[in-house]
Amino acid sequence: MLLQHAAAAGTHPLSGTIAEWVWLLPLLPLLGFVINGLASLLSASHLGPDDPSLAHGPHGADGHAPHDGADAHGAHGDDHHPVVRHRYATLASIVGPAVLALSFALALAIFLAMRGAGEMASPFVQTYFSWMPVGDLQVDAAFQLDQLSMVMVLIITGVGTLIHIFSVGYMQDDPGYPRYFAYLNLFVFFMLLLVLGANYPLLFIGWEGVGLCSYLLIGFWFSEKANADAGKKAFIVNRIGDFGFLIAMFLLFANLGTLSFTGVQAGAASLGFGGVLVTTICLFLFLGCTGKSAQIPLYVWLPDAMAGPTPVSALIHAATMVTAGVYLIARSNFLFSLAPVASLVVVLIGALTALFAASIGLKQWDIKKVLAYSTVSQLGYMFVGVGSGAYVAGIFHLMTHAFFKALLFLGSGSVIFAMHRAYHHTHNHDDAQDMRNMGGLARYMKVTWVLMWIATLAISGVPFFSGFFSKDEILGGVFLRARESTLAEAHLFGIPGSYILYLCYVIGLAAAFMTAVYMTRMMIYTFHGPNRTGDREREHLAEAPWVMTGPLVVLGILSAVGGWFNLPKLIPFGPLGGLEHWLEPVVGESTLRVTNGVLPEASHGLELALVVAAVAIGLLGIFYAYSQLKPDRLVPKREAPGEEGFARVLNNKWYVDEAYDKAIVQPVVSTSRGLLWRGVDTGLIDGVMVTGSQKLAQVVGWAGSQLQSGQVGTYAWVLVIGVLAVIGAFTLR
Amino acid sequence: MLAESLFFSAVLFCIGVVGVLTRRNAIILFMCVELMLNAVNLTFVAFAQVYGVAGQVFVFFVMTVAAAEAAVGLAIIIALFRHRQTVNLQNINLLKG
Amino acid sequence: MNAFLTSIGYMRWILPVLLALPLLGATAIWILSATHDDADGSAAGDEVVSGRAATPRMVALLTFALEFVLSLGLWFAFDPAFHGWQATFDRAWMPVWGIRFTLGLDGIAMMMVLLTTFIMLLSAASSWTSIRTKASSYYALLLVLTTGMLGVFMSLDLFVFYTFWEVMLVPMYFIIGIWGGERRIYASLKFFIYTMIGSLLMLAGIVWLGIAARSAVTGVPNFSYDAIMGSVQLTPHASLWLFGAFFLAFAVKVPMFPFHTWLPDAHVEAPTAGSVVLASIMLKLGTFGFIRLAVPLFPTAAMNPTVRGIILGLAVIGIVYGALVSLVQPDFKKLVAYSSVSHLGFVMLGIFAMTVQSVQGALMVMINHGISTGALFLLIGMIYERRHTRLIEAYGGLARVMPLFAVMLTLTAFSSIGVPGTNGFIGEFLVLIGSFRTYPVLALIATTSVIIAAAYLLWAVQRIIFNPLDKAENEHVPDLNRRELLILAPLMACIIWLGVYPAPVLRRMQVSAEQFVELVQARSATNVMVVPHKGAR
Repeated sequence: MLLQHAAAAGTHPLSGTIAEWVWLLPLLPLLGFVINGLASLLSASHLGPDDPSLAHGPHGADGHAPHDGADAHGAHGDDHHPVVRHRYATLASIVGPAVLALSFALALAIFLAMRGAGEMASPFVQTYFSWMPVGDLQVDAAFQLDQLSMVMVLIITGVGTLIHIFSVGYMQDDPGYPRYFAYLNLFVFFMLLLVLGANYPLLFIGWEGVGLCSYLLIGFWFSEKANADAGKKAFIVNRIGDFGFLIAMFLLFANLGTLSFTGVQAGAASLGFGGVLVTTICLFLFLGCTGKSAQIPLYVWLPDAMAGPTPVSALIHAATMVTAGVYLIARSNFLFSLAPVASLVVVLIGALTALFAASIGLKQWDIKKVLAYSTVSQLGYMFVGVGSGAYVAGIFHLMTHAFFKALLFLGSGSVIFAMHRAYHHTHNHDDAQDMRNMGGLARYMKVTWVLMWIATLAISGVPFFSGFFSKDEILGGVFLRARESTLAEAHLFGIPGSYILYLCYVIGLAAAFMTAVYMTRMMIYTFHGPNRTGDREREHLAEAPWVMTGPLVVLGILSAVGGWFNLPKLIPFGPLGGLEHWLEPVVGESTLRVTNGVLPEASHGLELALVVAAVAIGLLGIFYAYSQLKPDRLVPKREAPGEEGFARVLNNKWYVDEAYDKAIVQPVVSTSRGLLWRGVDTGLIDGVMVTGSQKLAQVVGWAGSQLQSGQVGTYAWVLVIGVLAVIGAFTLR
Repeated sequence: MLAESLFFSAVLFCIGVVGVLTRRNAIILFMCVELMLNAVNLTFVAFAQVYGVAGQVFVFFVMTVAAAEAAVGLAIIIALFRHRQTVNLQNINLLKG
Repeated sequence: MNAFLTSIGYMRWILPVLLALPLLGATAIWILSATHDDADGSAAGDEVVSGRAATPRMVALLTFALEFVLSLGLWFAFDPAFHGWQATFDRAWMPVWGIRFTLGLDGIAMMMVLLTTFIMLLSAASSWTSIRTKASSYYALLLVLTTGMLGVFMSLDLFVFYTFWEVMLVPMYFIIGIWGGERRIYASLKFFIYTMIGSLLMLAGIVWLGIAARSAVTGVPNFSYDAIMGSVQLTPHASLWLFGAFFLAFAVKVPMFPFHTWLPDAHVEAPTAGSVVLASIMLKLGTFGFIRLAVPLFPTAAMNPTVRGIILGLAVIGIVYGALVSLVQPDFKKLVAYSSVSHLGFVMLGIFAMTVQSVQGALMVMINHGISTGALFLLIGMIYERRHTRLIEAYGGLARVMPLFAVMLTLTAFSSIGVPGTNGFIGEFLVLIGSFRTYPVLALIATTSVIIAAAYLLWAVQRIIFNPLDKAENEHVPDLNRRELLILAPLMACIIWLGVYPAPVLRRMQVSAEQFVELVQARSATNVMVVPHKGAR
């Protein structure tokens, strides 16, 4: 690969260091994908006979039985009936996590080099080759390494490595084992491309690539229609968002003539502060984010995405991919800080999503669905953060959320794993993910129980756990910006921005309360109270192997102390605002622009009051859930009565899926079929115009043929009359 | 002399035309066509007196064509008769659309 | 490589050789089949393949392989920086009428020639076992068809252009009409009449132009492209009528909405190779016609705001309409056929938006559509050969029994959807980003098709390879064999290659695309004929 350095890169503090190897970061997972993918295909494929049409028929399958292979490619693809271990399982177990671990090690080395390089004002850009050189459109295949992408790379490779290791245990008996790791590795490749790309189109490759992998992984057990449906839904809903992203890129290129981050950043000021154009660009970008990061109105795919294997939910649908929207806004801070109205929309949508999803989470019975809605809700918080110009707070919450939500998902995976094993031993076909079938699991899986509680406390905002710091920073940030910022001065639908921000602060508190409630509910129903799994199954319940609990422990530690990365001034010890200083070169200018040039300073009393409010509401939620919920009265799923009243509305997710289906999907399909295909195509064009002209020719021909009587006498008369007429015409002229 | 000849050939031609128009029998029709041809031949010969020999040469051409036409035409009529047992043209309308 | 090609005078003989080789192959097949017994009896069934059919298909395959290898030299010998025709060939053909057999390539035509030889090789290989009756005629027609299509791309004389244009119509008519499905007669007639009506007007236009460009001294007409470009002065009125004549011929071929209804029928009824050739190459002839003839010859008419608006409107309607109609097709081939309407709409949008990006994008879509849709039709053909149905609902869960097929279909579908990293994205992205500069609203509407495209293809893919394997007929379907893998592998490689590193292709078309845009803009703005700066080499 030819390295053509950008002119400035030669003097960049990072040139000549290990950061030169940044291209290897995504390439390692790609290598893993190739190896695992080949292993999967090699074991799955049976070449067909030379003449396929001869082979068809009752005797066609001689010597070819698709079910005899080591991998029937998802043949019995669900957790209920694990089949024999895959023949390339060892290879995949080594290659899959190893490439990630290597990537992580390299990322750490680069990170240290960056710290050692001191002040780095401009990003380190490496150009490899010209991707789309057309006229004045010059899109390069180039990577951009700066503080923001470094943080993301560390999260992706770090959490990714842990989840890969966990998967080795979780997926051990799956017939599609190497295929799983191939997809997972490919996902990490695209995710790294997303955060390392130096321009919007390259980011977009990663953006769509992760969507593609998500599609493949959600539908990993594709033999079940529901899973395949969920994958397809995720991809299509995301495409609606991508539409927005594309339009935003078109607008940027049409107005700035460039699509690279550095170029857009340099030209952004020419778009004018608060102008229609920059607002439109930001809104279209945000439409992209609502798709990828599951915000209103495009959040509907994420809960369905839980159809995939649980580690996938942890990696893709909690820790990394769904946060891509947050990353995009943080990356485009130079645009959003120019568009206060668009930023207000981001905050508002984020807050509403946080509340709305949390409300649905209150009444879900599937343990993964609870976590899915929790993820949607937490992503809402992140958007409140980056939307309000508190970019660091948003990224900080992204980071802590990656820790505790990955832990929660992996923990739930460990629970589901145990439940499956128990059910498998007794050939029971009950739902292994329904909390009504769990209960009292704390006795059987101590490690998971403790770690899950750590994550729960973190997400609920209990002091000194990681989530406390990040959530508090977001809520505090919104409150302070409601008092003084460009957002507060702007108007949305005629309503002053400060009112909206105060409202969002209140919504944020309400959502925090609900978060504490549903998380505690989940913990109580899963781990406490009597066990409802079944008498015969109970004795098979056991803790997962070390390969699964190990990563949990690491994540547990990170969830507990993750706040250390960005301690607030209120805490009188430790490195204050580590992340804030780190991200300063990337988002500092934009943060200042939003806050009118002054860092929002709260008086000590106000800051304390804000913190106390946030903590109180979290603790209140936990105690409320503790006092109201009665796990003793819960019955297993198959005996459970249906929900009534408002609970039923929540349980059915406010009927949003049904509404979308009725309002959008069905009209489009029936219009296409009835009006366009049957009506316009076969009816109007083919029926009236094509067949019509054919009919016209037929009618004219028929009319002409009627003149032919076949009587020679008649013809002779006509001839004579004609001759006479001609002669007459010539004579009389 | 010319005027008389032309008048005579015109009469002959008209007889042919009327025959073609009014008769139904294919043979008679055919003969009427021959009559018309010969009327034309007569005209050629008559004009040849005035304008030179080319008209008479043309008559030979016409007669040759007429002979060929007779051969083909009669053959068709015979074939027709064998097929339909009649040469009445009212019964024959194969060309009807 | 380049030195070697120069030493053998490659650029001097390559074009006539490429045209003649398939005809030689066809002749060889006819001679061989004549020396054998009478025409292949369909009653013999499977045995036919072993004997008589084996020779023609081998001859055809070798011819196509040789053709492809020979044409590959163009990739290297072509000079991307040179402004003008390359590999020219010029002989008098009908001097009395001023018709010369003139051939030459620019970057656009060069890529199209390569695409043609590439796709033809694969389609011949794909017919290996599926064509059992009258195999010798089939392969001979396929070869003649190749000459026709290549001739259209190469010819620099309008009369020669028209000749080849009609030459390729006849073999296609027979390929659909003889080896097609149940409604093949209807489909082939519809195809023939539709295209014929369009092209007849074009003939009138060509004759008009040839006479208009006649020599002032001798009065001999001149059909040379360069001469007509350089010397014919058209009133706006005449320009509009002539553009209309050319427009109809090309719009039917593209096909633009509402002239597209021949396409679904022809695609569905044609044999696999027929569908592939139709989709991958023949549709491109329409858009190529716009780029080569209709727009540069009559820029004032083409760039007339009303005309341009109508065409762009039809293109965007085609994009959305084709995608929506694809959504509800029960027949997979028909689905892909309608998706072609949508994709070709992008090409038209790109051409008439008239920016460098959009035109380059249109060219990329032409190439990419040839690769992706060709691959889709090949894949459909492969499962059709196994199960004898094209109905989507007859399948389901095939990924379990045909994992290789599943991988290929998924990749191809994603390419057709236009997922970045595959070739499909490059073309669509460039078209949209380019047309957004001149027609933002239209580009916005066209962009919605990225959503619908994902919906229809993923839905179809899901119903074919995913979902439960619940139909007994599907349980023992054999996976792809070596030959089929060999056919698909190059296409898959192209999908990735053009998605990741399209720059070499873009570079080779750059000069031609820029010239096209500059020429049309200059001529339509000033309404004065500009002497073309394309010289011969």
